[in-house]
Amino acid sequence: MQTGSKEEAATRGEIVIHNLHKVYTTKKSRFEALHNIQLTIGENEFLTILGPSGCGKSTLLRIVAGLEDHTEGSVMVDGEEVIGPGADRGMVFQGYTLFPWLTVRENIEYGPKLKGIPTLERRSLSNYLLKMIRLESFDKSYPKQLSGGMKQRVAIARALANRPKVLLMDEPFGALDAQTKLEMQEMLLDVWEKEKTTVLFITHDIDEAIFLSQRIVVMGAGPGRILKEFNVELPAERTPEVREHPEFLSLKRELAGLLKH
Amino acid sequence: MIPPKRRTPPKLQIFKDISSVSYAMMAGISFFLLLALWSLLSYTEAVNPVFLPTPDAVLLEFFRQLGTAAYWEHIGISVFRVSSGFALACLVGIPIGIFAGTFRHAEALIEPPMEFIRYMPAVAFIPLIMVWAGIGEWAKILLIFIGCFFQLVLMVADITRRVSHDLLHASFTLGASRWKAIETVLIPAIQPQLMHTLRLILGWAWTYLVVAELVAVNSGLGYAIMRAQRYLNTDQIFVGIIVIGLLGLISDRIFAFLNKRLFPWA
Repeated sequence: MQTGSKEEAATRGEIVIHNLHKVYTTKKSRFEALHNIQLTIGENEFLTILGPSGCGKSTLLRIVAGLEDHTEGSVMVDGEEVIGPGADRGMVFQGYTLFPWLTVRENIEYGPKLKGIPTLERRSLSNYLLKMIRLESFDKSYPKQLSGGMKQRVAIARALANRPKVLLMDEPFGALDAQTKLEMQEMLLDVWEKEKTTVLFITHDIDEAIFLSQRIVVMGAGPGRILKEFNVELPAERTPEVREHPEFLSLKRELAGLLKH
Repeated sequence: MIPPKRRTPPKLQIFKDISSVSYAMMAGISFFLLLALWSLLSYTEAVNPVFLPTPDAVLLEFFRQLGTAAYWEHIGISVFRVSSGFALACLVGIPIGIFAGTFRHAEALIEPPMEFIRYMPAVAFIPLIMVWAGIGEWAKILLIFIGCFFQLVLMVADITRRVSHDLLHASFTLGASRWKAIETVLIPAIQPQLMHTLRLILGWAWTYLVVAELVAVNSGLGYAIMRAQRYLNTDQIFVGIIVIGLLGLISDRIFAFLNKRLFPWA
């Protein structure tokens, strides 16, 4: 990695959210979107924030990404305060955000190109990522020629091309059909295994949260706050059979009960 | 026994695509109707031939005029004026428009006065232009510029504002600075829509050309039309109008072609 020893000595990809508040104020009204969020996400952890729509989970993610500011408190990534977006925090959005004028390969190489990484090195990096997302033969296609699932795979590869400390995912599979969604989840776990980055994942899908995560944080609305935390005590190797595991089912029941209220 | 009639949905469906053959046929019919109406009115002399020449007289005049070097000079100078005024408006207007669409401060600085000026008819500037720029080439180019520039800035600003914020945010999370985001996201993203806008504005440029050439000139297609009117050569007026229409059509097709070639991703 280009940024030498300082980083390796310290943690890589630890997010510390401390006493975070987000209040929207207009002349007439005041809306508290996030209330006193305390959360630490460890190095190389896969953590999912689960909650109903309107609980502020996306806002929280966008604050960590630096795309939105907060009213009070702080967000630190590896001890450095977040004050704006940056290449150290890759993000995958719910909507399709590939650059339509770039080919699949050019999309993946967008970040490295900005960093000034030489062509050959960029090429081998994008080859590696294209292989990982199993889209080698689509390197010259434009996004409009891809299916929804393919687009999101490229979006993941594009975010990873920067070798980010943290991967932020805002309901990335929300728009996909059920079958594609399952495939994408398995692929994402593969990728996470290989890339060793911290993943902060947002969803309102209980099954998705349990299948993917090591830890689940449940948020509630009005104002957006953390209700409860769960460790997912499932084998590290997540195969489709894991969905029938008793722990999976009991956790699912508990989460469903919590979200109902 | 009568076989049951197969039920078919009605032909005219809202927004539904039709085959290119049907499309061409409908277009052909509309031209044909236009021509039929014209023929009816002129050949029966329902309208005095001095006011409405017959189609064959116009066609004859068309080829007669295009056979003369003088007419090609008129065409040449008109094309020059239109392209100069249009290019100048693009050169200045597009960057200003992008700037106004990108930053709210720039929007506040640029748009209110432009909104105000664009409602002033460009034609009303002619006397002023003649005072400022005389009656030379610059005067015509300036009029076309004024006619196009203000609209162009506002339209480009609007296109720029409508670029997906998610695309912009994606580039930020991939490490783009503000200027890099303008260069690598905003500018490529607006291009297809920009080409459509330029097509539209080029059409206006031709309109302003004719206006510009109606006053104090002795060259150009507008002048040719004016002169024909003076001698009541209505067939020549028709030729002038048709030639301008054809030139507009050609430039429009060039834009459409470029749009397809340059932006295969859109």
